[in-house]
Amino acid sequence: MRFGADEPLMMDAGVALAPWQIAYQTYGTLNADKSNAVLICHALTGDQHVANDNPVTGKPGWWLTMVGPGRPVDTDRFFVICANVIGGCMGTTGPASNNPSTGKPYALDFPVVTIHDMVRAQAALIDRLGIDKLFCVLGGSMGGMQVLQWAVSYPDRVFSALPIAAAARHSAQNIAFHEVGRQAVMADPDWRGGRYLTEGTRPSKGLAVARMGAHITYLSEMTLHRKFGRNFQDRAAPTFSFDADFQIESYLRYQGISFVERFDANSYLYVTRAMDYFDIAAEHGGSLAKAFKGTPTRFCVISFTSDWLFPTSDSRAIVHALNAAAASVAFVEVESDKGHDAFLLEEPEMFAAARGFIDAAARVRGIA
Amino acid sequence: MNLPATLPLTHAESGHRLDFLLVTDMVEPGSRVLDVGCGDGALLSLLRDRKGVDGRGIEISREGVNSCLAKGLAVIQGDADTDLADYPDDAFDYVILSQTIQATRQPKVVLEHLLRIGRRAIVSFPNFGHWRVRFDLGVRGRMPVTENMPYSWYDTPNIHFCTIRDFVELCREVGAQMEKAVALNAGGQPMRVTLPWWVWNLFGEQGVFLLKRR
Repeated sequence: MRFGADEPLMMDAGVALAPWQIAYQTYGTLNADKSNAVLICHALTGDQHVANDNPVTGKPGWWLTMVGPGRPVDTDRFFVICANVIGGCMGTTGPASNNPSTGKPYALDFPVVTIHDMVRAQAALIDRLGIDKLFCVLGGSMGGMQVLQWAVSYPDRVFSALPIAAAARHSAQNIAFHEVGRQAVMADPDWRGGRYLTEGTRPSKGLAVARMGAHITYLSEMTLHRKFGRNFQDRAAPTFSFDADFQIESYLRYQGISFVERFDANSYLYVTRAMDYFDIAAEHGGSLAKAFKGTPTRFCVISFTSDWLFPTSDSRAIVHALNAAAASVAFVEVESDKGHDAFLLEEPEMFAAARGFIDAAARVRGIA
Repeated sequence: MNLPATLPLTHAESGHRLDFLLVTDMVEPGSRVLDVGCGDGALLSLLRDRKGVDGRGIEISREGVNSCLAKGLAVIQGDADTDLADYPDDAFDYVILSQTIQATRQPKVVLEHLLRIGRRAIVSFPNFGHWRVRFDLGVRGRMPVTENMPYSWYDTPNIHFCTIRDFVELCREVGAQMEKAVALNAGGQPMRVTLPWWVWNLFGEQGVFLLKRR
């Protein structure tokens, strides 16, 4: 969806971005009274291909367990929308897009993006699609941040909200991890001050290291132990070198290498930055409850026991604020040893909670 | 664990628990209600369907929360002992603690929170002063295991049993005013209010109290 010079995206950085575009996918059919639209918000390195094969990687959609016919987000009942975030690199305007004033990619001239900007861009898309009110907005991790921002910015346009493994602000520890990742990208000589596209290089090594570090934070010690332990990779004994002797090393290297094939390094800088800046309470006089005051939205908050990146305490803080704001809120902590990534994996308890919440909300909303 | 802390009787025709029906009678239509230890949401659904309340719940078990979600109830997974402190004053018209106080670590603190969060509190609990309990302990010399209190001493979630008289004393201590007090006999029927306290304490299997801050 394209927006011309007369429809700029007003960004928190104080920039009116124009022209701009947003890439999205839809599944299912919008009903006659347009009451069955569901918006899915993707995480840091996700994209709009939530329930179809990814055209870049050829892999299946990233949330097929949650979205599809007969799934908790049932595409036979709901009209499901998922859009690539602003600052991303899968078709929505971002730092790799052409800067009309120079004719070259924006690179670091692209304005710094916030979670609020992502939501503004989605709202513009929803407007264009002729949808006034979303039946449900859901997502995990950074997607969950967008869900919360939707509920705060457009309370009357969100009937129900399902933030999973999320937080109302990014913690110091998480900012720290992001900074390490960004420094790895920027330390790569091929990054060229961000102008690698113009100069024909790619900071693949830096971005791969960033991904390797980040990937550890998505797992748990228990998962690492169970999947890899101290097992050697294709060898019986250590080689006394810095080769990938251990399976975990080989796995991380693979994660790093495959990531750089599909993700733009500058987009990684911008989108991690957006998460760092996220702090809903700060925009409401330090009170998260104030941000949700009078909200008509029904909330269901889900966390995972082994998630140390967005721990249950972050979700509880959201729940406490919603309670203090007298909002309708449900909360489940799912028992899982899979860490932060659990929200993307086979977690029957998460599906049961999501299904129960969504079906009950659909009954209230009168969706067949 | 998702078994109720006790196994109370049900109404033959409606299938609803008798203590739930009694609690429902105490609640004004359209009020805001928090059910602490709401289990599978049976009482909250009853209150929503019969009294049109705006109901919320806290439940410690995930299975309980999931079955509440499926009923469309706004229930959070949490613990009465730790999570009530986070609720603002006067947030609800009624805070209900149904068959749960005996399973809390700090019943007095919990009761104080109920009276702070709600304009009124409704508390129901199994009476440890009932004659069968006294018989088991006094004559048989064994910890009581009854239809109403089905657990052995070593696996019971009920760690703070009290008698009706004990509870009345606690209400006095925390400055709670009793607006209504009902004892249910072994058949689950309310006992005549004109009976003296000692009769209730001996023959009441459950106590149900409607309390107000003094």
